[in-house]
This record gives sequence, structure tokens and C-alpha cells, in this order.
Amino acid sequence: MITPSPRDRFALARYVVCALLLATAPAKAEDKIDPETERKAFQAFFFAKFPKVAKEEFGNGPYAVNESMRKQWKEMMEFPPYEFALDEGHAEWDKPFANGRRYADCFDNKGQGVRQTYPRFIAATGQVETLEGAINRCRVENGEKPLDPMTGLMASLAAVMSESSQGKPFAIVIPDDPRALAAYERGEEFFYSRKGQLGVSCASCHMSPAGERMRGDILAPALGIMAAMPIYRSDWGSMGTSIRRLSTCSFMTRAQPLKADDEDYRDLEYFLSYMSNGIPIVGPGTRP
Amino acid sequence: MIRSILLAAGLALLSLPAVAATQAEAEAALAAAQTAEADALAAKAAWTTTEADLTKAQKALAAGQWDQAKAAADEALTLAKRSVEQANEQKTSWRNAVFR
Ligand code: HEC
Repeated sequence: MITPSPRDRFALARYVVCALLLATAPAKAEDKIDPETERKAFQAFFFAKFPKVAKEEFGNGPYAVNESMRKQWKEMMEFPPYEFALDEGHAEWDKPFANGRRYADCFDNKGQGVRQTYPRFIAATGQVETLEGAINRCRVENGEKPLDPMTGLMASLAAVMSESSQGKPFAIVIPDDPRALAAYERGEEFFYSRKGQLGVSCASCHMSPAGERMRGDILAPALGIMAAMPIYRSDWGSMGTSIRRLSTCSFMTRAQPLKADDEDYRDLEYFLSYMSNGIPIVGPGTRP
Repeated sequence: MIRSILLAAGLALLSLPAVAATQAEAEAALAAAQTAEADALAAKAAWTTTEADLTKAQKALAAGQWDQAKAAADEALTLAKRSVEQANEQKTSWRNAVFR
């Protein structure tokens, strides 16, 4: 009888481990999502679809991809309907909290020119935080009540932060943390999942049909779709933040909108903003 | 003659249960629909139309309109189940839609 010596057995074990590694490595590489590769493909799709639209323009949504809408827009921009929101936002931004601290104390660079880095993955919570979430956290940490994240004063503050970030390209970071990658992937899942009684996904309306007319609207391309937030919409008659827009789109598909601060919406915004890395902020925006 | 009378009577009998729902039936239908919708909400898969049918059923029940209440509740149950099925199906099939 030949029994392998301990040495041989060790060699055998090594061989088995190597074989296993070789067998599983390529499969793993295939399964693992790579956001950067996905972002390049995503952007290439839109650059090919709209060869005449400059990269810097994508944040202007319908106006970037439709000539007649663009004329209308130029007229509207003579008296931008978000001006009142900027006025209100600046007054609020400069006003100290009861404890003497200010919004500026809660943000990098005193909150100037940082909008393009939101949403962010926060290691301490293991979750994604949106710009509006950061504003509300700032308030709560300073003893103030949180604001309605959809509209009103929150939209005005977001407008101020966007204004100081105009021209800065989206620079969303996915840190080397499996929870951050998982958040990105959940956002991606949301974007591509068919939902609501109509059984359509965000992608169903904002990928291939971008630029086409849906009822009175021209569908915005998914690329840069967060860059103009917050927006004044004539059909709302008021300002709305990103989350107001996402809930409205959920509602359109006859899906019951989630809570405004639901983690799924935050992850969705994380994914969408990451896909727009390199597209400059143009907000606040105005829409028909 | 007799045959056709019997036939008519039979048809009438067959269609009877659909017309007259009792309060208990309407309440049971609503409870079943609410349970299904709770599942849909928990899965973040609920539809606005299900919620609308549930509201309709509750209002009809409060007004003592058992038939309308049961009909709306049954519709809500169907929608709630379909919404959960959709979410389950999408858990894997969304990947096929990813643009690469
Ligand atoms: C049934 C089609 C449809 C679906 C599905 C849909 N949207 Fe929309 N979306 C619209 C329409 C119409 C508008 C308004 C016109 C426009 O700006 O595109 C809009 C606008 C937007 C805007 C604002 C764009 C801008 O520049 O003002 C964002 C952001 C957005 N949608 C995100 C989403 C997300 C995320 C989803 C998935 C949860 C989604 N949409 C699903 C139709 C849809």
C-alpha cells in the first residue's frame, strides 16, 4: 500500500486549493459588478444616441435633447422661476441656528461647491446619505426640526448648494467597502426593475425612449438626470427636490411611492448620480 | 316548457351568490386583501391601484354596501398578489435589462 507522506499530502492540498482558485476566479470576476465599467457603457450609450449634445448639456434634461423645448426654456430663463427659492435659501443658509452654529459648519468647504459629491456613502451608518439627508442631519444635530425633504425650504437650501456647485462635474465616490458596492447595486436594481401596475422601470422611460414625447413631456435622458436638481416645475407650481421627482415617477407607474427617506430611494439616487460622474451640475433647474 | 323553466331557475340560482354578498363575506374579503397588501408594502412592491381599491372597499363597507365592498376587496386582493409576484419575478430578471 502506498500512503502519501505528510509532505505529499500537503502538496496535494495545495494542488486542490490552486485548482479551486483557478476554477472559481474567472466566475467571480464575471459575477462581480464593476461600477466604473458600467458607467462607461452607460455614458457611451447616451453619447452615441445624442451625438450632437455636448457632455456639459446633459444635465439640462429635456432641453438638452429637444430643440423647440430649448427655445421655450431660453425665454423662461429670462426670469428664472427658482429665483425666489434662491433668495429664501440664501437667507436661511446665512441664519444661525438657536445654538449659534450654521449650516456651513456641517459641510466640507463650508458647503460651497460640494453638491456634486452627493449622495455619499457614510461608513458610520453603512448607508447612503443624500444632500437633503445631510441638510436634515445638520439641523437635527443642531437641535432644529427636520424639514420636509420634498419641497419648500429644503428645496431652497438645496438650490443654494447647487448654485455654488454649478459647472462642477458629478464626483460620486464608491469607497472600497462591500456595503457601498451593495448600495450601488441595490440602486441599479431599482433603476432596472419593472414596478407598479404599469410594469415599467426607470430605464423603460429614461434610457432608449429618452428625447421622445410622453404626453406633454420630453423624456429626460438618464445621463445627468440629477444634475439640475432641485427644479421648479410649472406643473407643480413649486420647487421640488430629487426625491419629489423620484416619488412622482414612481406614482406615474402606479407604484406606491416609498417613504421620502427610504433607503431604496437613496441607493437609487446614488446609482444614478454615479452613472453621471463627469457631467457638470447645472442646478437649480426649471422645467415645464 | 318545464325544461326551460328549470333552466331559467338554475341560471338564476347560479348567478345569485354573485349579487348578494353578506356583511361577513365583505369583511372577510377586505381582511384577506389587507393581509395581501401588507405583504406587498413590506416588500416595497405595492401599487397605488391596490390602495385605491382598498379605500373603496372600506368606504363601501362603512356605508353598508356589502356587494360593492366585496367586489372592491376582491379586486384589491388580485392586485396585491400580482404586485408581490412582480417583485419576486424582478428579483432576478432585472439583471437581463441592465445596459452593458
Ligand atoms: C412612464 C415613464 C416614466 C418612468 C417609468 C419613470 N419616469 Fe422619470 N420622468 C418621466 C417624465 C414624463 C418626466 C418629466 C419629463 C422629463 O423631464 O423627463 C420624468 C422626469 C424625471 C426626472 C427629472 C428629469 C429632469 O431633467 O427634470 C428624473 C430625475 C426622473 N424622471 C427619474 C426617474 C426614475 C429614477 C425613475 C424610476 C423610479 C423614473 N424616472 C421612472 C417619465 C417616467
